[in-house]
Amino acid sequence: MSTEKTFRLDGRDIPFIEGDTVMDAALRAGEYIPHLCHNPEFPPHGSCRVCVVDVNGRHQCSCTLPADENMDVDNSSEAITDVRRSLLQMLFVEGNHTCPGCEKSGACQLQAVAYNTRMLNPHFTHFFPKRSIDASHPEIVFYYNRCILCGLCERVSRDIDKKSVFAITGRGINSKLEFNSLSGKLGDTELSADDKAASVCPVGAILPKYKGFEVPIGERLYDTKPISVVGDVAANHSAEDSVLGNADEYSSDE
Amino acid sequence: MNNPDNFTSELLVNKGHSPGQLLQLLCEIQTHYSHIPPHAIELLSGHLNIPPVQIRTVIDFYAFLHRDARGDFDILFSDNITDRMLGNLSLLNSLCKKLGVEPGVPRADGRVTVGLTSCTGICDQGPALLINGMVVSRLDKDRIHKMVGLIEAGIPIDHWPKAFFLVDDNIQRRDKLLSHGIISGSAIDAMVVKGSDALLKCLDGSGLRGRGGAGFKTATKWRMCRDAEADEHYVVCNADEGEPGTFKDRVLLYSFADCVFEGMTVCAGIIGAKKGFLYLRGEYLYLREALEKTLQARRDAGHLGKNILGKQGFDFDIEIHMGAGAYICGEESALIESLEGKRGIPRNRPPFPVTSGYRNQPTVVNNVETFVAAARIAVFGADWFRSAGTEESTGTKLLSVSGDCARPGIYEYPYGVTIRQVLEDCGAIDTQAVQISGAAGATIPVQEFYRKIAFEDIPTGGSFMIFNQDRDLLDMVQNFSHFFCHESCGFCTPCRVGGTLMQDLVDKVMVGHATSYDLQEMRNIGQIMQKSAHCGLGATAPNPVLDTLEKFPGIYSSRLVNRSFEPAFDLDASLEVSRHITGRDDEGAHIRHEK
Repeated sequence: MSTEKTFRLDGRDIPFIEGDTVMDAALRAGEYIPHLCHNPEFPPHGSCRVCVVDVNGRHQCSCTLPADENMDVDNSSEAITDVRRSLLQMLFVEGNHTCPGCEKSGACQLQAVAYNTRMLNPHFTHFFPKRSIDASHPEIVFYYNRCILCGLCERVSRDIDKKSVFAITGRGINSKLEFNSLSGKLGDTELSADDKAASVCPVGAILPKYKGFEVPIGERLYDTKPISVVGDVAANHSAEDSVLGNADEYSSDE
Repeated sequence: MNNPDNFTSELLVNKGHSPGQLLQLLCEIQTHYSHIPPHAIELLSGHLNIPPVQIRTVIDFYAFLHRDARGDFDILFSDNITDRMLGNLSLLNSLCKKLGVEPGVPRADGRVTVGLTSCTGICDQGPALLINGMVVSRLDKDRIHKMVGLIEAGIPIDHWPKAFFLVDDNIQRRDKLLSHGIISGSAIDAMVVKGSDALLKCLDGSGLRGRGGAGFKTATKWRMCRDAEADEHYVVCNADEGEPGTFKDRVLLYSFADCVFEGMTVCAGIIGAKKGFLYLRGEYLYLREALEKTLQARRDAGHLGKNILGKQGFDFDIEIHMGAGAYICGEESALIESLEGKRGIPRNRPPFPVTSGYRNQPTVVNNVETFVAAARIAVFGADWFRSAGTEESTGTKLLSVSGDCARPGIYEYPYGVTIRQVLEDCGAIDTQAVQISGAAGATIPVQEFYRKIAFEDIPTGGSFMIFNQDRDLLDMVQNFSHFFCHESCGFCTPCRVGGTLMQDLVDKVMVGHATSYDLQEMRNIGQIMQKSAHCGLGATAPNPVLDTLEKFPGIYSSRLVNRSFEPAFDLDASLEVSRHITGRDDEGAHIRHEK
């Protein structure tokens, strides 16, 4: 172990291997770095910027930054948490995130990461965009209000399911998710509920139909333990499970 | 009208079925039909093997591509702050009124659309507009009046007076680069004679740094690319001159095109590239025909193609790729994505383009001016180049001077020239501030006019916009924050959302609603963007706000409401919809704010 390469993260030596990003090495070593668009199963993306860390005085995105010796990474100071909290607040005001009315509440990664940064309010002026719901698919419903444009469904549908059902279109603040069908409706795409893309959404934008409150509030994924302990929504999802998952099965990792 | 399938099918036959051609095909279809019809999307999808949704996302990304039909005459007024200062908005309003059309909405008969677009690079001869992609310069009431007649008579723009489309070089000061021409082929000849190693050393010795603004050493970039082992290497000339207030590449591409291609060919010889691209911004479509002719002349002369200058195995050719209205594509990795026919989203780096660029192969991307300088250096040598400029910034720089001065145009200076000198030469009087390096650059107040144009002091890609004492600098700040919002690719949170929040706050200051709390909020958002944005656009987008907050606090404080907090909600503005519906705009239809 003594020849192992390491970098410093919050004063701790984190071992890494060639090709690791800072995020890869940190997660493997049990150090949680908040993230939304990143899912360790897939190549890094780097769009949400929530995983920003301070590396030797420079702000960098840890999910795309190759690990290197001589790195001194700040992942937990008040300064770095302030940046993350602001980014989360931006995501909250950009869409319409009414947690109390959302089926995903308690098992939502956006909500859980917000708690992780001790976010107590949205701070910025709400955009209150007019967004719709696409319920044309027999098994899946899509809520534009909750989409945070992380691009996971797009990447997974293209690279894993080989269907390219989802794609982000538009530009700037007018970016939005679009579906691969002539009508533009989700129901006319090849999406199936078994697709990997149907279960990677970190928020409540893509949800299965006809399932509601199967796990009661208070017993949901992040209701008893924080995301830094429980891990991502997608990592807690298995075939038998509903999208909402159950924290108890995974608490043995602690 | 042809059957759309025929036009698109023919295009596919002529241009091939490479997915990388998608954007180029879409540009042609847009020009032909004034939009991309659904059956064209279907056809492209089938032939290029790209999902329809992906084609739609590419269309939606580029401002000049549309899924819905535009007018037969598609008019876009250039909307840089310099166009504003020349009165573009009143000309736009008068054109709309005369044509009976609302901005952004096609007229019911489909004849015409009128809208706004980002800086078209005609700042020295503005106000300007694009009509079906072609530039009309020097707009005034008379020209607008004549345009109305031509449009109503349905006369195709090919038959419009040539004077409408004249764009002069407008070179006001020449130095080394613009006054010392080289014979076509002499730079590549020098390379063949001296050998590429010796030439790279010469380039190194010249101290040439990238002219786009970042100032990376050109020889280092070319060496890194050459040393990266791969099947293919590529040379790309970044002619996506989108920085507001910059137009020097327009002049180089018009009058020095052969030298641009010469520089690219020298680079190809050094790094071992067989293929090069000129990525030309959509706004410069009018330059394309002449550029293609120059390329053909070079092929005919044996300066492009197989065995260049008779040297066995020295094969290189250049293809022109069009942009379609996306400022972000000036960022090199976004430019490469666009070259590959995709949305221009900047890539994650590392890897950098020198090791993994176009088609993930080592790629040199340089500014137009850099290639011109490199070709000159190959012929005249490193010492010739170094004899101008400063130790850290060798050679000369082309400045695009516009705004409040007697003689706007192109000024070439040795690096190290002071702002004051430039202002004197172009006949600027009573200057309040100079905006250098475009929207993301620095706002320089009078007390800093002693400063120098140089990488070690004020680096710039070449934009130099002058504001006299009568100007309201907040107009500039507002123009730039709207520009960045419009041009944000939307990939990362801080630029997409932060940029919009910033724009809204600038608007709030403008209408006299903001408090000192809002100014602090702008500083905070600006810092978040600088620290966390994905690319240079997002990280520098808050610059005009942050810079003026520090150097020109008066433009903000004079408008503040004397309270600690003022809601973002504007009661009077929210009544706009009702006013529109009822057709009322009298005093009683407004709620006035007490100041």
